[in-house]
Amino acid sequence: MSEIIELSITDQQDAKRLDTSLQFLSFTLGQEEYGVDILRVQEIRSWEPVSRIPNVPAYEKGVVNLRGAIVPIIDLRERFQLGHSDYSPLTVVVVLQARMADKTRIIGVVVDSVSDVVDVNKKSIQSAPNFGAKVSTEFINGLVSVNGRMVMLLDVDKLLKLDGLDGEDES
Amino acid sequence: MATILAVDDSASMRQMVAFTLKGAGYNVVEAVDGADALNKAKAQAFDCVVTDVNMPNKDGIELIRDLRALPNYKFTPMLMLTTEAGTDKKQQGKDAGATGWIVKPFNPDQLLKTIKKVMG
Amino acid sequence: MSIDMAQFHQVFFEESFEGLDAMESGLLNLDLGDVNVEDINTIFRAAHSIKGGSGTFGFTAVSDFTHVMETLLDEMRDGRRKITQPAVDVLLGSVDCLRDMLQSIQNGSEVDQSDVAEHKLALDNELNNAVPSSPTGRHAPEASAPKSAAVLPAEEAEQIAGWVIAFSPHLHLLKTGNEPVRMFRELAALGQLTTTVDLQGVPDLDDLDPEECHLSWKLRVLGDIPEAEIDEIFDWVEDDCDLAKQPIYKTSTSSAQTQVSADIAIKPVTNIVPREISSEFASTSESESNAPERKSGKKEEVKAAPKGSSSIRVDTSKIDTLINMVGELVITQSMLSLLGEHFELNKLDQLKNGLSQLERHTRELQESVMNIRMLPISFVFSRFPRLAHDISSKLGKKIELKLVGEHTEVDKTVVELLSDPLVHLVRNSLDHGIEMPNVRLAAGKPETGTVTLEAYHRGGNIVIEVTDDGKGLDKDKLRAKAIEKGLIDPEAILSDKQTYELIFMPGFSTAEKLTDISGRGVGMDVVRRNIQALGGNIEILSELGKGSTISIHLPLTLAILDGQSIAVGDETYILPLGSIIESLHVKEDRLNRVAGKGETFLLRGQYLPIIRMHQIFNVPTAKTTKLTEGLIVVVEGQGLRCGLFVDDLLGQQQVVIKSLEANYRRIEGVSGATILGDGSVALILDIPGLVRLANQ
Repeated sequence: MSEIIELSITDQQDAKRLDTSLQFLSFTLGQEEYGVDILRVQEIRSWEPVSRIPNVPAYEKGVVNLRGAIVPIIDLRERFQLGHSDYSPLTVVVVLQARMADKTRIIGVVVDSVSDVVDVNKKSIQSAPNFGAKVSTEFINGLVSVNGRMVMLLDVDKLLKLDGLDGEDES
Repeated sequence: MATILAVDDSASMRQMVAFTLKGAGYNVVEAVDGADALNKAKAQAFDCVVTDVNMPNKDGIELIRDLRALPNYKFTPMLMLTTEAGTDKKQQGKDAGATGWIVKPFNPDQLLKTIKKVMG
Repeated sequence: MSIDMAQFHQVFFEESFEGLDAMESGLLNLDLGDVNVEDINTIFRAAHSIKGGSGTFGFTAVSDFTHVMETLLDEMRDGRRKITQPAVDVLLGSVDCLRDMLQSIQNGSEVDQSDVAEHKLALDNELNNAVPSSPTGRHAPEASAPKSAAVLPAEEAEQIAGWVIAFSPHLHLLKTGNEPVRMFRELAALGQLTTTVDLQGVPDLDDLDPEECHLSWKLRVLGDIPEAEIDEIFDWVEDDCDLAKQPIYKTSTSSAQTQVSADIAIKPVTNIVPREISSEFASTSESESNAPERKSGKKEEVKAAPKGSSSIRVDTSKIDTLINMVGELVITQSMLSLLGEHFELNKLDQLKNGLSQLERHTRELQESVMNIRMLPISFVFSRFPRLAHDISSKLGKKIELKLVGEHTEVDKTVVELLSDPLVHLVRNSLDHGIEMPNVRLAAGKPETGTVTLEAYHRGGNIVIEVTDDGKGLDKDKLRAKAIEKGLIDPEAILSDKQTYELIFMPGFSTAEKLTDISGRGVGMDVVRRNIQALGGNIEILSELGKGSTISIHLPLTLAILDGQSIAVGDETYILPLGSIIESLHVKEDRLNRVAGKGETFLLRGQYLPIIRMHQIFNVPTAKTTKLTEGLIVVVEGQGLRCGLFVDDLLGQQQVVIKSLEANYRRIEGVSGATILGDGSVALILDIPGLVRLANQ
């Protein structure tokens, strides 16, 4: 009986937290720290060789076989023009789910390292300022400060759309 | 628990009947036409038969007639599912040995009520 | 107990569409001169099932509509009504209307009420115009009388205190599965029941048949019980017993009534009244009142409505095979894992055997799974008898449609995508191919033209041929037309085959005028493009005055491909085996480099363009860039022939085609991807795409 009561309290706490806060997976690209909605993260894998795709931008590294599905791998560092870094077995691929129209698409993004899962109070999210030419702000949802570090929150759906991965854009 | 043979060439009707009866705790065996039903009835004893009338490969009335001729089914309740509002089909069914009928369209509650009526 | 009826809807729709198809083909095949009763029965049964199902699942508009069809068919079935061509046509129209109705309901879109009313009116007219030979038709005007007052005796208005019932079962009652105790139980549920059994009919024990019912009862049930409820209990046995009932009234005369009731004459109760008369008449007049003038102009768009979630009907034998395979696979797997637990080198042979078994089972399993997607081509063919019927009656032509090889199986996707192009081709044959009867006779041909639809397997392909014995293509006319439209040069020299192929060129139409049968703005070029998009090709053969044959070649499945792996640097690509003509090392003297026009090589007197794979795909690791050192693979796709320059040929294998677009996007020169034995991804090459890339 006591177990059940405990559970329901936890549920309530969860509900409360969901209401006011979001969880993000944070990772680094060079000196910068980014975050993606934890609900969009399917899994985290280590880098493995990809099959190259011809005639696509260099940041689209290729495709891999993810349990029978063909999944593209995007190098976010190169995508954000933060320079190239060599891959090692420690290089991390974050597999994300994005929603396109009524379909869910899966995409892997190469990041330098995964840092943490952070709880972010919705109220503490600031709108993204203009970063200048360095990073396109179009796929930045907002900024948040975590222990004094600035984390840029990425909008996964927009990220894919801008990359023309929605299957309709043939460019 | 009692076992009922549900016979209908229409998959949706058959599924509806089977689902309803299973939900009420009966065991249900499905048959797709009269010939199929007769074979199944010979292989296994049923406590009740619910059959559509218009079917290929032996219609419901012939099925009831054939079943009644089997020693095991002399007194078994057999119900016809019929859209025939006129008396002729019912009469033919009765002559063949049907216990009664359920007039289509019917809803699951009506079906269960009738089944309970004959199964006690 | 509440049951969500919606869970049965999908099955209902599927079987109803099947039923409608059965009705349609049944109606088309009716020989009016010599009607087979079983044929009519089949049609009737389909209508009957749809009516029953739609009523049960709450689609009253459908059941109302089907009811009229059913009545008409019932009279035909019983021989009470003569089957005429107009009646068949009305029924065919109703089948279409019903299909539209069901599709609308399935898609959740609006049912075209005016279309329904129009067809219902036609059905009603058919019912009423030709009065059946016997006046028992439920539509006879006199049936419109209000429900007989006899059902409810006037006395019932008085308060009823109960009923006295004399119930004498006939000897055979038990053999109908009816049990007097059950009826008593039900009566007891209505009110306080007193039963008095009469043993007079029971014979001596020697003469007693225990399966017969010799007892009779006097029953008294108290309460304000409507007569209908009493009747309902005895409804099933009214002919299997003698039954009399008498109400007990609450008035002072009740005791006298009760007294009388003990002596009431026993007579069968008859009170069955057809239940549907009133509702049916209401709907008839309604449909007449809002009968529209509109013709069915918007039918096409209704049909174009998207289909609901797709499902597939699978023969149970295929499922059984699959289950067996999985069983074998599980056995092999457990054998292997056992072997792995205590592996020693002397068990190597066992391991190898086990692995080869595993390989075989996996392959068989794959084949069986693919087999599930296979459907007989009759799914497409079945719509053509109707098309032929409609077109021939519209144009006044006499046409016989022959279907051959309907059971040839092909992948579900192919079946679905094949439908539209094939309709176009058959329409063309019916409309433009077959001549009018008098023209045919004058040409010394049989009056009735023949269009044959044939399907068969050849190699890994399915071949579908549309053949007609009509007028054939006129090469001179084709040529003149192509020149007139500026499609070819007036000086061009064309082979016969090339001339016929002109009809596939965009902007070409042979019909002198567009008719509403063929002229739907879709040309043969679109047909060819659609077929090619499926990985197939289309050819035409024709002889003036004798007829034409159009052949479509398609891969059996779009999910599996026979592939040839090729190496370019450290990358592996897959070429469809069917597209490879040959592969060769090319010698320097066969090469020809034209400035600005790329490289070509000479193959049997023909110069073929060379496409360097390493170049168009920017492969940095290519082993060689010297044409004489690598390999030229001669490939063909959509009529384009070229030499692909690659490093090497690897193995041939069947590959499962995976979509790149599911998570990624379309890539020029690539038709899809597959997963190789080592788990890596290889791209499947698309030859026309490669040619386009090379030309950029």
